[in-house]
Amino acid sequence: MLTRRILACLDVSAGRVVKGVQFVDLIDAGDPAALAVRHAAGGADEIVFLDITATHEKRSLLLDAVRRAADRIFIPLTVGGGIRTLEDAMQVFDAGADKVSINSAALDRPELITEIGSRFGEQAVVVAIDGRRHSNSVESAEVYASGGRKPTGLSVLAWATEAEARGAGEILLTSMDSDGTRAGFDCELTAMVSSKVQIPVIASGGAGNVQHFAEVFSRGHADAALAASIFHFGVSDARTLKHALAALGLPMRLPC
Amino acid sequence: MSQGKTVVIDYQAGNLNSVCKALRAVGADVHVTDEPNALLDAARIVLPGVGHFASTGCLLTSGMGEALRKRVANGIPFLGICVGLQWLFAGSTEAPETPGLGVFPGMCERFPFSVKSPHVGWNSLETAKESRLLAGLEDSPYVYFTHSYRAPLIKDTTTVTNYGGEFSAVIEQDNWMAVQFHPEKSGIVGLKILENFLKVSAC
Repeated sequence: MLTRRILACLDVSAGRVVKGVQFVDLIDAGDPAALAVRHAAGGADEIVFLDITATHEKRSLLLDAVRRAADRIFIPLTVGGGIRTLEDAMQVFDAGADKVSINSAALDRPELITEIGSRFGEQAVVVAIDGRRHSNSVESAEVYASGGRKPTGLSVLAWATEAEARGAGEILLTSMDSDGTRAGFDCELTAMVSSKVQIPVIASGGAGNVQHFAEVFSRGHADAALAASIFHFGVSDARTLKHALAALGLPMRLPC
Repeated sequence: MSQGKTVVIDYQAGNLNSVCKALRAVGADVHVTDEPNALLDAARIVLPGVGHFASTGCLLTSGMGEALRKRVANGIPFLGICVGLQWLFAGSTEAPETPGLGVFPGMCERFPFSVKSPHVGWNSLETAKESRLLAGLEDSPYVYFTHSYRAPLIKDTTTVTNYGGEFSAVIEQDNWMAVQFHPEKSGIVGLKILENFLKVSAC
């Protein structure tokens, strides 16, 4: 049976993890590669690096981290942040990433989705969508660009559908309303998108406990969920989280 | 660990990085090539694949397909991965104008609309017959899939996976071996499968 996936996400800036789990026994707890290895060993189903302050000058630091991580982990590695062109994507794939996550650049130029997909396969293109509701209705959710700073006027549903039509392999949906709250994912928004597209939807934003993951998988119909700060708050690793979710009846990759 | 070269065929579809790294991690001496002649001194041959079925077209026009048939007939173990499995069939509805190598009968087809497609993520392997590739693994291990087309069940299917119905996840017919999932992305289980491939003795 196809399992639901837990993706361990590391925010990276200038080649260093800026928001991630601290492991006391890691010599360099800020090294993305070392943390990726730790999360893979801890049972994560995939690893995601998000370069949150991607600048051209610091790009080589990220690529170096991707290279060192890809040498040591044998589960899927997604890299996002600052990928604006096919050439940027090629650099990241050359360094060893399996998928790229694109956000603002795809909004500026949706053809980028197709360009990367036809060169590296559609499975390699994750379109990240940051959405915020303007009312209680999920239909009101609008797409924001530039790390959530710039409203685009596009509805989340319309953009998700277009991204799929242009050849996105997966949608990474972040609820800006929920992000950082630790009050739970936006299950309604996730369910709306997941029911309208044929491609997998990865839910992100708002996880505070195990129950929140259970809800986004059951009520939100998410195919996967991004885990980041959850590992700071009582859940030690993906394996612990997955055992708890399996006990609630969700299909999980175990043992892992 | 294994003797001789493991030749990975490059046909400009997706990136080969992951496959090469994983093979090296289990001790293979990896060489990448797009030259049919380079198969001559191969001890094992791997055909990865993450792209569109149409991208396999060059394998037949370049003579790679014929060279491969000869080498495998002469006892060289072969492993096809993902599209590299599908290519061994007569063809795929993904690119009906592009014939496959035709080692196995039947056509690969898209998943039914009752399930999301692509089939992405970790799914379990269910044994249909004894498998050399899965030797030493526990029952129903999880491996990582990402594909929109799937191969039918045939008599040489050793392992099936269920997603909108059963499809061939592992096929083994003498020296022709193929997996629909990505062993290079399937953690410890995947590395074990690659290690088993390196240990398979030719027949």
